[in-house]
Amino acid sequence: MTATIDAAPYTVEEVCERFDPVMGLEVHVELNTATKMFCGCANAFGAEPNTNICPVCLGLPGSLPRLNGTAVESAIKIGLALNCQVRERSGFARKNYFYPDMPKNFQISQYEDPIVFDGYLDVPLDDGTTWRVEIERAHMEEDTGKSLHIGGATGRIHGADHSLLDYNRAGVPLIEIVTKPIVGAGVRAPEVARAYVTALRDVLRGLGVSDVRMDQGSMRCDANVSLKPKDTEAFGTRTETKNVNSLRSVERAVRYEMGRHAGVLLSGGTVTQETRHFDEQSGTTSAGRPKETFADYRFFPEPDLPPLEPSRDWVETLRAGLPERPWERRARIQTDWGLSDEELRDLVNADALDLVADTVDAGAPPEAARSWWVSYLAQQANTAGVTLPELAITPAQVARVVALVADGTLTNKLARQVVDGVLAGEGEPDEVVTGRGLAVVSDESALTAAVDEALAAQPDIAEKIRAGKTKAAGAIVGAVMKATRGQADAARVQELVLERCR
Amino acid sequence: MSDTQRSGAGAASGSELISLDAAELARRIHAREVSSVDVTRAHLERIEAVDGPAESGVHAFLHLDAEGALAAAEAADRAIADGAPASPLAGVPVALKDNLTTTDMPTTAASRILEGWRPPYDATVVARLRAAGLVPLGKTNLDEFAMGSSTENSAFGPSRNPWDLTRIPGGSGGGSSSAVAAGESPLALGSDTGGSIRQPGAVTGTVGVKPTYGTVSRYGLIAFSSSLDQIGPCARSVLDAALLHEVIGGQDANDQTSVSAPLPPVVEAAQAGARGDLSGVRIGIVTEFSGEGYQPGVLGAFTDAVRTLGELGAEVVEVSCPSFTYALPAYYLIAPSEASSNLARFDAMRYGLRVGDDGEHAADEVMSLTREAGFGAEVKRRIMIGTHALSAGSYDALYGKAQKARTLIVRDFTAAFETCDVLISPTTPTTAFPIGERADDPLAMYLADLCTIPSNLAGNAALSVPCGLSADDGLPVGLQIMAPALADDRAYRVAAAYEVARGPGAGPRIPELRALETTR
Amino acid sequence: MSDITRDDVAHLARLARLAVSDAELDMFSGQIDAIVDTVSRVGEIPDDVPPTAQVVPQTNVLRPDTEEPCLRRDVALAEAPAAEEGRFRVPRILGEEL
Repeated sequence: MTATIDAAPYTVEEVCERFDPVMGLEVHVELNTATKMFCGCANAFGAEPNTNICPVCLGLPGSLPRLNGTAVESAIKIGLALNCQVRERSGFARKNYFYPDMPKNFQISQYEDPIVFDGYLDVPLDDGTTWRVEIERAHMEEDTGKSLHIGGATGRIHGADHSLLDYNRAGVPLIEIVTKPIVGAGVRAPEVARAYVTALRDVLRGLGVSDVRMDQGSMRCDANVSLKPKDTEAFGTRTETKNVNSLRSVERAVRYEMGRHAGVLLSGGTVTQETRHFDEQSGTTSAGRPKETFADYRFFPEPDLPPLEPSRDWVETLRAGLPERPWERRARIQTDWGLSDEELRDLVNADALDLVADTVDAGAPPEAARSWWVSYLAQQANTAGVTLPELAITPAQVARVVALVADGTLTNKLARQVVDGVLAGEGEPDEVVTGRGLAVVSDESALTAAVDEALAAQPDIAEKIRAGKTKAAGAIVGAVMKATRGQADAARVQELVLERCR
Repeated sequence: MSDTQRSGAGAASGSELISLDAAELARRIHAREVSSVDVTRAHLERIEAVDGPAESGVHAFLHLDAEGALAAAEAADRAIADGAPASPLAGVPVALKDNLTTTDMPTTAASRILEGWRPPYDATVVARLRAAGLVPLGKTNLDEFAMGSSTENSAFGPSRNPWDLTRIPGGSGGGSSSAVAAGESPLALGSDTGGSIRQPGAVTGTVGVKPTYGTVSRYGLIAFSSSLDQIGPCARSVLDAALLHEVIGGQDANDQTSVSAPLPPVVEAAQAGARGDLSGVRIGIVTEFSGEGYQPGVLGAFTDAVRTLGELGAEVVEVSCPSFTYALPAYYLIAPSEASSNLARFDAMRYGLRVGDDGEHAADEVMSLTREAGFGAEVKRRIMIGTHALSAGSYDALYGKAQKARTLIVRDFTAAFETCDVLISPTTPTTAFPIGERADDPLAMYLADLCTIPSNLAGNAALSVPCGLSADDGLPVGLQIMAPALADDRAYRVAAAYEVARGPGAGPRIPELRALETTR
Repeated sequence: MSDITRDDVAHLARLARLAVSDAELDMFSGQIDAIVDTVSRVGEIPDDVPPTAQVVPQTNVLRPDTEEPCLRRDVALAEAPAAEEGRFRVPRILGEEL
């Protein structure tokens, strides 16, 4: 029965004729602190197995957790950025269950008193409107280790012969952000889900608290979906879809589950409350191993950690340090710089907005900064096959080049050579100018001598100029530019030629 | 005065050295009247003489490190010769309860599940002992994971009371108390979750202290019940306990429940108390801790102690702490609940015993088989009770109510300490009972902790000081002195004063090994 | 009585990962029932009493986010019942959670 329904899900439009979708999104974010949540081991992705472990994160007998202050600050900042309240007194609890990737067989988490709660995020949708997603809570917890399943089919857990455990990730700080039920989105539910996770990712990236890489697991989304028949008030049975590892997958998973639930309900069946796994390839979900019994985690207060009572001063200091929300910042930048919608979109799509903004912050006029990044530097990135942020030049360096052009030290052509030098690793712009000898020849006596030399070498042309045919000066300017290897200011040379022929 | 037993022990014989207080040993070692090596050797010989065999000796030790102890003693002697002893107790031997992690000795918590485990780190208290130049002799026996009141729950067999080898030395820290009582070590560390330092102290005629919760780091103490566990000293005199207390105490960044307040001046208090004047001190007798279930000889010794305290100038009054009657039930909910979680890590995956890994059993099954084989009956009982108390269906009625009981007990203490400087009671309702007597009756066993538990639930300081022998069986009785949190010094002052007034006549500090000498 | 049955104890043993024998079940169920019955006395305490979970007189105890030395892998793995390729080797794991 399940199989046939899976094969023929209803479209979102069909679903919403009969049902209102209700979603709840749980996003786990790994913080990018230097160390783990409860010990001083490095919080690093991709290290050799079991090289970032200690008695605490390995759960050795006698060890005790030591709470990371930066992780707490990150949690509060996330809460403030999501318009949450900060709880006056919160604490940790133990969530008890046995699993080999969890060294203590309990997870230190927060239960009844998460550090931040009751917030919202106004999420920009594709059509330019916003959707307010209410936030239930965000709480701190620790990540688990990773298991590698050996034997059986390609590392899958089923049929494996044994497993190998790496506890480098055990104890990495996690923030779990939970929405309140998202109702009323109708056919836009899948889009709202994607837009929410996108907006959340942008906010967290702006805060600088996480790498928010869904592909590396530093941001993970579980999507709860249920359908409420249009004529009823009570929510339907929900499923929780895990393994949703990209923004696009969030949208697809919600869409698929909506269709699947409708299929079950419309054929007279009932939705089973269960955990489902999203498959990237097929875009479908499948049921996980059914839980034998209702999970009783036997939460109780963590006795090894004293409570948290963030002071008003501490919270307000953190609030004052919050960056603008990304979309608010974009709107401000568009106004400040006088960009068209298209120009702004190009900047965003090219991943250049931050780079340009940082270049402007470093002193360059917006137009010059934008021009460098979207034209010459974009070409260089394209040629090198890298993204703009990966180019070996900093916004501060670009701003310096812009300044050198503005004060006449460099021509635009020379400036491009300086940029080439920076990209080639020849040092700071000023070092490249010196190293390559690229500064505009601005020594008047040297220029005058060069002009005189060129006039002497081509007396016929000099004569024409003296006769008033100023257009002929171009040939002399060209000769001077050649003699100075392009480092002279052509306009100034032109003036000098005319002056000397007067 | 010449030593006939062995050469090189200076003016003191081995039997004299093992009878001396730690303070006196330290004085002689630092004055270079005797070397730390000689003192250490004398204790190792004493251990050799009385600790084994495991089936009939004192059996205080699970692991002995003679070589390591002698090396530490040599290092202490060198530092003293250089005029730079690490601390006032440098060179003095000490025994460590085997639930404290040590890098150079196995740490088992007296459980099969951890048999042979070599921790990669030292407990903070162990590191502090080493830094202070003390000489760790070995690891002492305990009830498995410190769950018990007799050491009968040790997977490696019980320890025996040096006053009568057919009797229990208390628990869970019966190894530490019996080692100190038998002269195997002048000092020992214990851990006290519901009385595991004080009750063994009482039944072996030694001093045992549970410091204020948070004043001694728990880092490296294999957790039983984290919100109750506290490491403390075992010794033969109040001053010795204070000296050891100062070495191990103080805030530790590795334990975020350790308090930033300065350690109370316990050594100063012990010295002040020894001057024998308690005028101006108001002492409250907790009326709930007497009557039915209390051995007459215990109550008799306690009454004598009350009279002595009055003679020292203290004002002794009666106070009622009605909620203390909830202490035992609350404790036997909170401790098992926390234990069920703390002991979940023993799952055969990363360290310790693994049973049933035959390629057929899955990880989950290997966990269950290992825990079944590796844990003893009392540990399993408490894990299951704790699992039950925390379950969704019983949390509110059991664990939740136990937390409320804790609040009431804290309130009773607060009220009592408003009128009294310290509170007193017998440490335990009876003297040492015979091995085996309560082994099959967990509830009867639990009663041994009746008077000691409230201070664990409230987190305040409490100690047990010997108060003579019970008239009905001639066995030691303990006087419990409880002080407010962070006022451990008050308990030390009263205990030291009482100790002087009681006089040495109350009982030999190194009791004769009756059972060894009487041929049984 | 607290009404802890033999089946309840069997369930607790499963939750706690204890492969108890039938003989143990017989013994434990009587004992645990008696113990729970005794400790249930705390039920008399009024609901409006606030709970005390900890007696630590401080709050906001935080560690600076600075790296500290880890354990050497060979030291950590030396105590493992089985190790392979720098990892802890464990029997096959059933299911993805719980």
